[in-house]
Amino acid sequence: MTAIAGLWHYWLIIALMMVGLYIVIARDNLVKKIMGLNIFQTSVILFYVALAKVEGGTAPIIPEGAHDVVYSNPLPHVLMLTAIVVGVATTALGLALVVRIQEAYGTAEEDEIVRMDVEGLARRGDRSEGAQGAPEAPAEEVPA
Amino acid sequence: MSLPRQPMRMREKLVLRVTSKLLIPLILLFGLYVQFHGDFGPGGGFQAGVIFAAGFILYGLIFGLNELQQVVPHRVVEVGSALGVLIYGGVGVVTILLGANYLDYSVLAHDAVHGRHYGILAIEAGVGLTVFSTMMLIFYAFADRGRAKEGAS
Amino acid sequence: MPPIPVELPLFILHLITAVLIARIRGLFSAAMLTGIFSLLSCCLFTLMDAVDVAFTEAAVGAGISTVLMLGTLALTDREERQQPVRILPFVVVGVTGAALVYGTFDMPPFGAADAPIHQHPLVATYVHGAHDDFHIPNIVTVVLGSYRGYDTLGETAVIFTAGVGVLLLLSGRRRRDGESDPGGQTPPPDETEVLGETSGGDE
Repeated sequence: MTAIAGLWHYWLIIALMMVGLYIVIARDNLVKKIMGLNIFQTSVILFYVALAKVEGGTAPIIPEGAHDVVYSNPLPHVLMLTAIVVGVATTALGLALVVRIQEAYGTAEEDEIVRMDVEGLARRGDRSEGAQGAPEAPAEEVPA
Repeated sequence: MSLPRQPMRMREKLVLRVTSKLLIPLILLFGLYVQFHGDFGPGGGFQAGVIFAAGFILYGLIFGLNELQQVVPHRVVEVGSALGVLIYGGVGVVTILLGANYLDYSVLAHDAVHGRHYGILAIEAGVGLTVFSTMMLIFYAFADRGRAKEGAS
Repeated sequence: MPPIPVELPLFILHLITAVLIARIRGLFSAAMLTGIFSLLSCCLFTLMDAVDVAFTEAAVGAGISTVLMLGTLALTDREERQQPVRILPFVVVGVTGAALVYGTFDMPPFGAADAPIHQHPLVATYVHGAHDDFHIPNIVTVVLGSYRGYDTLGETAVIFTAGVGVLLLLSGRRRRDGESDPGGQTPPPDETEVLGETSGGDE
């Protein structure tokens, strides 16, 4: 019973991680997958911050002229600050890729994209009939 | 009054317009406050850059992308995002020129403590500039794509 | 009966929001729920004494991330397609979750002051250094700016690279019938709204 009393925070965070993981592996829509990735990232950051918490401690800001104050560990906070910002950079790039994929394939559902790739039906930004046949990589559209 | 043929633009919706006019200066001021008080409370370059960008993005969402691009041109944010990284790296080069290690702030002023204060202030300014410019840049990229899509279809 | 810790209702709300994001098919609602998710994370961070992290999560997660997702949804499909429920992802998730929970049994209890992470001499060095050498109250800023300054320089470069990457991906003009315009000419300026199509035409 004491194990539950000391560890239930971590278990709830693991439950969050698993919801995020489920969205990433089970949902086909690309934007939904990125939302799931966001949930996963946030839960990992919660985990680190939970590791840093000290019972009876306070935020790691030194008050004016105080001594013998117990602070929560500031090191994981610093790491997680970097992690959040890198996470938003990754999300922005992922969403930009989703926009380009939507324009190239006409859809943002993963199984349809794989089917189109297998059958060689990659579009080039419009939905005209008569596929080219050669599955060229959409990366050539990127301006040099 | 007859029903409008198409949905009202955001700038014509009274509540949005008045509220944003009240809020945007406060948001920008708060962003500056967070930037400079990162030493004494929670805050710093990242948060300040994002809050500052959020104020401008709110203006762009309500009053239109053209107005926003007249206030903050595309060129300015392109230069700004590189300039912030340059400032950060430049502080390190300045400390090398003054005889210490890279990013050793203690040589930036007459004594070590003030030097460190100045060093952290300078790099937070660089970080804030890059974060603000990059968030605006990403917003412009998505919004221009949307505008091209609407103009083409 | 012991008092209920205030994190418990927040955690449960958090889990409910995450499950809703998984189940809901309208992607605009899911994007709004992601904003709420970030807000709840911010509250949890504050309760765990991580005020800088909470500030950043509120600004970045609830602000910028939501705007970016809405901007993407203005350019892609608005609804997720209906999918059959498959068993294999649940099995994978269950096994992984059980393995992680099994791993937590070796961990020190939550909030223990004698956990190994707090005994490392680096923590004391940074806390005392912030007070003695820097005279800056915010320890996280001191560590971020000076003790771990190289990491922050790399992080700033990462943000800049993300901006460059998004520019490369999204600034060329959309292809029309096989033509390409890599010069990135913008269309003639007209009074279009950024997210006008998404406002749903209310009022």
